[in-house]
Amino acid sequence: MAGYIARRILHALWILVGVNLLTFVLFFAVNSPDNIARLNLGGKRVTQQAIDAWKVQHGYDKPLWYDATAGGTARVTNTILYQRSLRMFSLDFGRADSGRDIGYELGRRVGPSLLLMLPMIAMTTAASIAFALALVFFRATYLDFFGTVLCVVMMSISSLFYIIVAQWLFGKVLHEFPISGYEGGADAFKFVLLPVLVGVVFQLGSEARLFRAMLLEEAGKDYVRTARAKGLAEPAVLFGHVLRNAWLPIMTHVGALLPYAFLGSLVFESFFGIPGLGNYTIQAITAQDFAIVHAMVFVGSALYIAAYLLTDLAYAWVDPRVRLA
Amino acid sequence: VPKFVFTCTDLSIWLVTLAVVIYALRIRRDADLRRTWRHVLRDPAAMCAAVFLLAFGAVALLDSVHFRLRVEDAGAAAPVYSPRTTSVLDWLLQGVIDAREKTYSAPLAYRSFVREVVVADGATRREFPRLQFGGAHLNDPSRQWSGDVLARSLAGLAAGLAAALVVAILVILREARRRDVRFVVALRLVASYRTDVPWRAVLAAVVVLGAFTGWVAAIWPHYHPFGTDLTGNDVLYQTLKSIRTAAVIGTLSSAATLPLALALGVLAGFYRGWVDDAIQYFYTVLSSIPSILLIAALVLLIQVWIDKNPQWFDTGLERAEFRLFLLCVILGVTGWSTLCRLLRAETLKLRELDYVQAARAFGVADLRIMLAHILPNVAHLVLIVTVLDFSSLVLYEAVLSYVGVGVDPTSQSFGSMINLARSEMSRDPVVWWNLGAAFTFMLAVVLAANLFADAVRDAFDPRARALRPRRAARQPVAASAK
Repeated sequence: MAGYIARRILHALWILVGVNLLTFVLFFAVNSPDNIARLNLGGKRVTQQAIDAWKVQHGYDKPLWYDATAGGTARVTNTILYQRSLRMFSLDFGRADSGRDIGYELGRRVGPSLLLMLPMIAMTTAASIAFALALVFFRATYLDFFGTVLCVVMMSISSLFYIIVAQWLFGKVLHEFPISGYEGGADAFKFVLLPVLVGVVFQLGSEARLFRAMLLEEAGKDYVRTARAKGLAEPAVLFGHVLRNAWLPIMTHVGALLPYAFLGSLVFESFFGIPGLGNYTIQAITAQDFAIVHAMVFVGSALYIAAYLLTDLAYAWVDPRVRLA
Repeated sequence: VPKFVFTCTDLSIWLVTLAVVIYALRIRRDADLRRTWRHVLRDPAAMCAAVFLLAFGAVALLDSVHFRLRVEDAGAAAPVYSPRTTSVLDWLLQGVIDAREKTYSAPLAYRSFVREVVVADGATRREFPRLQFGGAHLNDPSRQWSGDVLARSLAGLAAGLAAALVVAILVILREARRRDVRFVVALRLVASYRTDVPWRAVLAAVVVLGAFTGWVAAIWPHYHPFGTDLTGNDVLYQTLKSIRTAAVIGTLSSAATLPLALALGVLAGFYRGWVDDAIQYFYTVLSSIPSILLIAALVLLIQVWIDKNPQWFDTGLERAEFRLFLLCVILGVTGWSTLCRLLRAETLKLRELDYVQAARAFGVADLRIMLAHILPNVAHLVLIVTVLDFSSLVLYEAVLSYVGVGVDPTSQSFGSMINLARSEMSRDPVVWWNLGAAFTFMLAVVLAANLFADAVRDAFDPRARALRPRRAARQPVAASAK
């Protein structure tokens, strides 16, 4: 097992290096620092002097990946590649193009994102599994048919509609919830409740349909038939056999969502004014702040790879056959 | 003679249409494909969806032929063309475009939605002024309006339903002739779903579509059926334009995934070894970046690039179209890894099969084996994945436009309509028709695409068929001839 874990961690790091280099090429080689400067200074008629001054001020005046004029390790470290990309491996994200420290902002904003996304993911999963179980229990009846149709209709509606209509209905007409905003501490609850509920309703269709397929796949297997043949009641079959074995694919699916618990949701956070990482990203995109977007890409990928790694290890722990493959 | 403008999206969408037509012709020739597609043809929901998709496709194609009208100028030696690029759809709806109000007006309204200061008889009052075009033909709107709208609606509905009825009669007559039965018998067969193609569902869709088209045709010349937006533009017209953007995003983006996914997926599965390792590494790296961030970064890059080279585009529309095209390419380049993974796994399986081994033993070149023996046998995967992707891409466009990395701000899309609606819902009284129109049409497009895609997946993937929700023992029985 230790060898397997070591192998997987090395593989994950190797992929993260790839992400880092790829985004470096995209951000600073395909798109030259001159362009970033011009974009930030705004307008087409910007003098070269202004661009150069901006580049010096923000540290984009260095060579891209190799500095022949410097000596020793500075040849490598005094470059944009090192300053902007490689340093992220030590969780040093540098400064945004607007001047603020990215690492500090990340730490400050991850809390609200977690507070929004963890309940949303947990409640969505629970509600979807319950709905999918009900559909499987009533399979081949009108309930199953119309339930599935409902799922398809629900997943055909854009998330933006759910949010806008919920804000209008609960915030403006019924005055039950604040339309948007955020406060720390215990008050956060009333600001997070509505977005969480909307998130659950919005994802219920696609998730429940997916889980239904996973459960049905399991329900068609021989051991389930055996369980029924030996006279087990349907609930016992569903919970004791079908659901138990469907946990693995369901948890794999949910595991892939975990990075978003940290990253937050761009749409939900900006609509409901929650100062999380999704909101931070959307502000960076609007302000065309490449340093922040670059850092968020790195953090997002690192989280994704970590979640993937954890799922892999969990699999290996549950199922020893995986380790040998 | 107008000067035709071929934007990159126009050319691509017509190419995709051509590809679909060629594929349809192949289905007719190929017995296996025909048998598989018959599953789709027998699915009532899918056929119903297909009718709507065809209608939306027609709107999209009409809006994909662009030209610049010639300006009458006797003095000029060379012909002078208007700086505005219009499409055939714009040309057909020129009357609607010209009937532009000042600002918001509710659906079918004859008064503006916003009060204005009016000077009458020396006194200034704030009232809702009459619209310039909506209901302008009424002399005394407060009394005539309801009667006029009702009469026009009924006339339009009647005409639309009559057209749908003609289609229904033609279908039933054809069925009657094919089976050599009387009209009434054919009618009963159609009505009870006992035909090969579920004509009842198709005709139901035709009736809905006919009634709506008839109503719009009767109302549109005199009112705004879905009201007008902040700048006074007709909402229904903008919705039709949005359908085209959605269709472009849905089709071109999934088409843009194909080159990379097909080439790399088949290569990785066929050669295995270090080729496989390299390609797997590549797509793992790409797919581990959260897609919305990667897309945002790439869109920012192309935005810089477009802003730097304004000389490439003659008109604003061409620039917007170019950006839309690049957005599709970006969605394709960032979204090919799922399909690639599937193709690689399938190729790994196929290359061990006897017929491929036999081809290798005969010394057939690798490239030829891949093109002639592997590619046709993974085509069903490509079809399933691209068709399933369509609806999620349309939904994704709205989110991207909201984030600010979607279509050009000057072009119409569902995303841009919803964005505006956000502030409109907080007005009092509420401006609901923009959101309502975007909601209705977007739901229609996405739902139709979803239903059709499900049927295609069921037809090509027998495993998926087992998951269909069945209404026990009520399954309509398709009676083959007589």
